[in-house]
Amino acid sequence: MAQAFTKAMARNIFYGGTAFFFLLFLALTFQTHQVVPERDNHEAINEVVALGKKVWEENDCIGCHTLLGEGAYFAPELGNVYKRFGSTDAIKAFIASRPKDGVPGRRSMPQFNLSDEELTAVAEFLKYVSGINASNWPPSPQG
Amino acid sequence: MKYQSQKVAKLYFIAAIGLFVGQILFGLIIGAQYVWGDFLFPEIPFNVARMVHTNLLIVWLLFGFMGAAYYLVPEEAETDLVAPWLATLMFWIFLAAGAATILGYLLVPYSTLAELTKNDLLPTMGREFLEQPTITKLGIVVVALAFLANIGLTILKGRKTVINLVLLMGLTGLAVFFLFAFFNPVNIVWDKYYWWWVVHLWVEGVWELILGSILAFILIKTTGVDREVIEKWLYVIIAMTLITGIVGTGHHYYWIGTPEFWQWWGSIFSAMEPIPFFMMTVFAFNMVNKRRRNHPNKAAVLWALGTAVMAFLGAGVWGFLHTLAPVNYYTHGTQITAAHGHMAFYGAYVMIVLAIISYAMPLLRGREAANSNKSQVLEMWGFWLMTISIVFITLFLTAAGILQVYLQRFSDNPMPFMVVQEKVELFYVLRELTGFVFLAGLIVYIASFFVGSKEPEATVEGEVVATT
Repeated sequence: MAQAFTKAMARNIFYGGTAFFFLLFLALTFQTHQVVPERDNHEAINEVVALGKKVWEENDCIGCHTLLGEGAYFAPELGNVYKRFGSTDAIKAFIASRPKDGVPGRRSMPQFNLSDEELTAVAEFLKYVSGINASNWPPSPQG
Repeated sequence: MKYQSQKVAKLYFIAAIGLFVGQILFGLIIGAQYVWGDFLFPEIPFNVARMVHTNLLIVWLLFGFMGAAYYLVPEEAETDLVAPWLATLMFWIFLAAGAATILGYLLVPYSTLAELTKNDLLPTMGREFLEQPTITKLGIVVVALAFLANIGLTILKGRKTVINLVLLMGLTGLAVFFLFAFFNPVNIVWDKYYWWWVVHLWVEGVWELILGSILAFILIKTTGVDREVIEKWLYVIIAMTLITGIVGTGHHYYWIGTPEFWQWWGSIFSAMEPIPFFMMTVFAFNMVNKRRRNHPNKAAVLWALGTAVMAFLGAGVWGFLHTLAPVNYYTHGTQITAAHGHMAFYGAYVMIVLAIISYAMPLLRGREAANSNKSQVLEMWGFWLMTISIVFITLFLTAAGILQVYLQRFSDNPMPFMVVQEKVELFYVLRELTGFVFLAGLIVYIASFFVGSKEPEATVEGEVVATT
């Protein structure tokens, strides 16, 4: 019985299992592509939102914040910030008002010196994200 | 060391340890910023320091993997590397690119770096762990291709062992899935969906093949157990890794706009992801128990056993804690994730790189088999200080995370993020203090390379009788 389970069998399970489950993963990915358009708020994507995503990325916002729960955990979740703040103007005002030298003893968002166009764009980007159907996540408006 | 060309691994290992020190120093900076919010502000904001912390980790692990490959592939294939000069050249290119990127993060605002490196042409920056300028990413691809060609041709030329094949598959997968780093659509759902094809399919997929093959190599060398037995284990472990881990990607697809069927697929498959890690623990202890000889490099055996245990705890147990969709609904994106990340990365990948360094470095430095006893004792002190520190860092972050989940999401009156952060500050203080113990462990570890190097090699007290 010592050789009941051989190396060749183990190898076949590896190759067969990997191939099967990778194909299954591709099938699920295909199915995902069918369903996502009903949930992803793509209707809201326009040039302003695209610029907003660029501003979001080129200032490394994800280095402190989470967006739909992914990112760093140093600053609040922003996937629902549009709902929490109530308007794009409130988001713009918050970002624009950050003190250059921070707040003594406390965490503070840096002053990124964004133009009004960039401020509008990043706020519109966050508004677009808030419209994505994230299965009722986050559990509370606090993020 | 049997082949001259294995020597190139030494460069890679030294760079890996150097960058590891940088990673820990920046970890201490961001840990301090959790306690004193204005620490180093605005000179080094949190996001910049975190980027340095995580990117240095990735880069030094890649140096470690490449060094491991350059060391073990020739020995397994029983032939010299086809192009040792290329390995040396790529080392300097990778080191220079890495250093320039880190300096870029630190010296100019990130948006300026994006402008300087023409991010507009092919925007890939500003996504977690993939913050590198596009030009750096292209450089990584070039280095990876040259590296794969070098070890691939060496394997082709020489003896084909399971360890070499599995390592090559893991490294090829690493390079292939990295290509998704260049896919960055405006639609954030697809951005996130395929971002995980880099991040998840790396650390919960192909990197585990690299981990498994390096561990198998060290176990063959240090225990003398029959290669057939070890290779069979290796196949079973990596089979379970990919059978559970590929569809297990779904545990990242619960709350990012992807369909809800992922809550089932992700929960069920990722709940099984601890299995291969548990098997790895059983495997490592079994092989050491069945050893046909006592290897004088006790430190290397300790690292090998340590990585098997800590990978199971960090990746397996701490991953399982928050992987089921109904639990993850509350824990997603909290300090729980950070806790898991710290112990999983340390247990699975930091420790396996330190294990191969521990095994190979004495040989690369001209020892017959092992360092002196004095040096090994110090190295083992480093092992315990760092490992116990990471356990406590994980526990403190877990405590912070549980409180955060309760106060911010679970209680009847959820509090704002920053209010909650102040309430859990005690655990951030404890985490930071533990971080200094980790640094002390790292210093002791590095000292072990310099202490006792003139003393005679450690020897075994007596051969054990084979138990099989």
